[in-house]
Amino acid sequence: MAKTKSIAGILGEARRHLPRAFGSILAQGSKTGLRFGDRLFRRLTLAFAFSIVALTLLIAYELYRNSVLSIGKFGWGFFWSSTWDPVFQNFGALPFLYGTLVTSFVALAISTPVGLGVAIFLSELAPRWLSDPIAFLVELLAAIPSVLYGLIGIFVLVPIMRSLGAPYGVGMLTAGVLLAVMIVPFITSISREVLMAVPQAQREAALSLGATKWEMTWMAVLPYARSGIVGAIFLALARALGETMAVTMVIGNRPEIKLSFLEPGYTMAAVIANEFTEATYDLYINALVEVGLFLFAVTIVVNALARLLILSVAKKVEVRE
Amino acid sequence: MNGTDSLLEIESLNAWFGEVQAVRDITLTIPRGRVTAIIGPSGCGKTTLIRCLNRMHEVVPRARVSGKVLLEGEDLYGPTADPVLVRRRIGMVFQKPNPFPTLTIYDNVAAGLRLTGIRDRRTLSEAVEKSLKMAALWEEVKDSLTKPGTSFSGGQQQRLCIARALAVEPEVLLMDEPCSALDPIATAKIEELIHELKKTVTIVIVTHNMQQAARVSDFTAFLYLGRLVEYDVTDKIFTTPAKKETEDYITGRFG
Amino acid sequence: MIPRGYRRRKVVNALMLSLTALCSLLTMSILLFILGYIAYQGITAIDWDFLTKLPKPVGETGGGMANAIVGTIKLLLLASLIGVPIGFLGGVYLSEFGHNKFGFLVRYAADLLNGIPSIVMGIFAYTILVLPMRRFSTLAGGVALGIMMIPIALRSTEEFLKLVPASLREASLALGIPEWKTIVFIVIPAAMRGILSGITLDLSRVAGETAPLLFTAFNNRFWSPGWLQPTASLPVMIFTYAISPYEDWHRQAWASGLVLLMLVLIANVSARWILRKQL
Repeated sequence: MAKTKSIAGILGEARRHLPRAFGSILAQGSKTGLRFGDRLFRRLTLAFAFSIVALTLLIAYELYRNSVLSIGKFGWGFFWSSTWDPVFQNFGALPFLYGTLVTSFVALAISTPVGLGVAIFLSELAPRWLSDPIAFLVELLAAIPSVLYGLIGIFVLVPIMRSLGAPYGVGMLTAGVLLAVMIVPFITSISREVLMAVPQAQREAALSLGATKWEMTWMAVLPYARSGIVGAIFLALARALGETMAVTMVIGNRPEIKLSFLEPGYTMAAVIANEFTEATYDLYINALVEVGLFLFAVTIVVNALARLLILSVAKKVEVRE
Repeated sequence: MNGTDSLLEIESLNAWFGEVQAVRDITLTIPRGRVTAIIGPSGCGKTTLIRCLNRMHEVVPRARVSGKVLLEGEDLYGPTADPVLVRRRIGMVFQKPNPFPTLTIYDNVAAGLRLTGIRDRRTLSEAVEKSLKMAALWEEVKDSLTKPGTSFSGGQQQRLCIARALAVEPEVLLMDEPCSALDPIATAKIEELIHELKKTVTIVIVTHNMQQAARVSDFTAFLYLGRLVEYDVTDKIFTTPAKKETEDYITGRFG
Repeated sequence: MIPRGYRRRKVVNALMLSLTALCSLLTMSILLFILGYIAYQGITAIDWDFLTKLPKPVGETGGGMANAIVGTIKLLLLASLIGVPIGFLGGVYLSEFGHNKFGFLVRYAADLLNGIPSIVMGIFAYTILVLPMRRFSTLAGGVALGIMMIPIALRSTEEFLKLVPASLREASLALGIPEWKTIVFIVIPAAMRGILSGITLDLSRVAGETAPLLFTAFNNRFWSPGWLQPTASLPVMIFTYAISPYEDWHRQAWASGLVLLMLVLIANVSARWILRKQL
């Protein structure tokens, strides 16, 4: 690092030639202010770090506080009831749970094999000079804003789905397919890292038994990286659960539970996005916030599981060394 | 070598890592049913040499090989040769034991056989038992076959790797410093094993431990800076070496 | 002599490996298609009007996104004002002093924050600002985006500060320079490039967020003076126009989409470019 070298160089120079001039400027007040300045600085950074913890707790609290009316009125039945009727003030979140589950399931079903396929290609097949740029491009998919995916969804994907036989074009399947494209980069980038962390000795053991490259991957590499890959899937799931814009633009926004994936549906994030500004009375708002609270809780759990799984592969590699 | 049947014939073998040449023009014959040791100081090319024998060297990016390796007269580097099939016939045991952690002991040993499509439970079990017995591990693990492959000590794991390699019935078993990560007792067990194993499989062992080479092998090849300096019956190499470099290495003047 | 069944194994090998290559090709194609299609649709609609005029009333053609562009800039400014100091100073704490249980808690909280869906962030900003103030505002939108910036600013700062070699800190301390000055004047500048690249990526991610703005900054057909009025923003305009039935609005949605995309791409590429020079 050129910049750090020059600073160390300056310090070296200062030490040798300008002990008083340069060193004393920075050391000013060091005799009396040494402990005070340090303590102040530590406290300052600590305060900001603490604010992050406080903020997280505040968010959880606010979500709870603003959904008490709905929690009180509907209790656990909120999640079993499929009636979402703002007119008669009867709220049940089941259609949104259903829609969220279906779209996420479709998205994972499509993106897992494809994402894993790309990861295997990048880790086991492609030479480094090809693997790194492609990995970068795949990550670029993750950088595209959700609303732009929605734009492509409405004007490209929906007509395609309609021409393939979906009567409405919009629907849970369409949303699932769009989501799949959005979460592939998460599966690929984490899986690729995890696969690359598998020790070379494992690959050689398989090859030395007379395995083909694919057999080596299947027998020695994938099982070793198994928990990390599952972690990647969980992480992608967490993203899919909270995805709002792209989904709401192509799912049809109908709060009904239908068996056919070609039917329109609704997700938790989408209903909040669409109806929040139309919620004219407190119970309505509380019901929507309760949906948000539930979404909050679920994504925390899924994310935590994901991190645990991914960390466990890192530990396995360490222990082995 | 007079009176011994040669199994592997290495002819003018050269090997590179990118621009760096690790093996220089080596010609050598490995006799059947014997143990051949390959010794030499660090970096002399001995590991690279044996990795060329089972076509593992080319797995490394930018690795290159030229020359011939004839197994029963067939050139393993010939135009129709398939590395995958070569590795079936020439097995390998590595420096650090590398059993598959997600497979049981049974499945580890059976792994190579399953690759060839053998599914029958009875055939597999018989082969597993036979290989574990050949690796002198059967008595210790016969009641724990369903435990993960990484259970037990390093020495036992290494014998598991030997059993795994033997299960596919290779013609040659390459051993790359198999005892360097093990304690003396485990080492002694494996050296004992090698004496037994050579009755069924030809062994080529790389070692940096000269006493081990002297104890275990019938023939020894001394490599220095990628070249074959001397190759002869082990007794002769260690008592009356013909080349000065060999003598210097044996007596510890360098390496 | 080829053992039986080997031919089949070779076929399976070739098939599966080709499949992985196919997946990669498919993913690359989709990326290129998305980028290309947005460029294709958007390029024809961007003109001077688009960049400088206000939106026309519903149904009328023409007009532009000037207020949305300015709105996005204001929101990002406010977001950085909130997210960067907290994330940055928090990252300094974690890297220099945070090797303890509390540090672990902070990291976990930041991870949690990062995983919260953006729409839920919007709800939070709504409950603490929009409700009490009884109005939508740029402030509320900026706060929502700002909180979303914290975790990544935190992680970048911590990681790049950790990369600064200990010998540098030790040399400075050995000269008698107090710890806080060592950190502020020696360690942080050494990590600055990396931290800046992290913040650039952070900003670009937040620039495209729509959900948290839907009921905080809301929308505005006109200019939004100050910070306490609702404001238009690029992502929300794209959403509003895209789901409308008007052709001309669709055209403008594509144009804004292209502008947003360019913003994000340039930020991404330059963030990585900054890094490449440093390493």
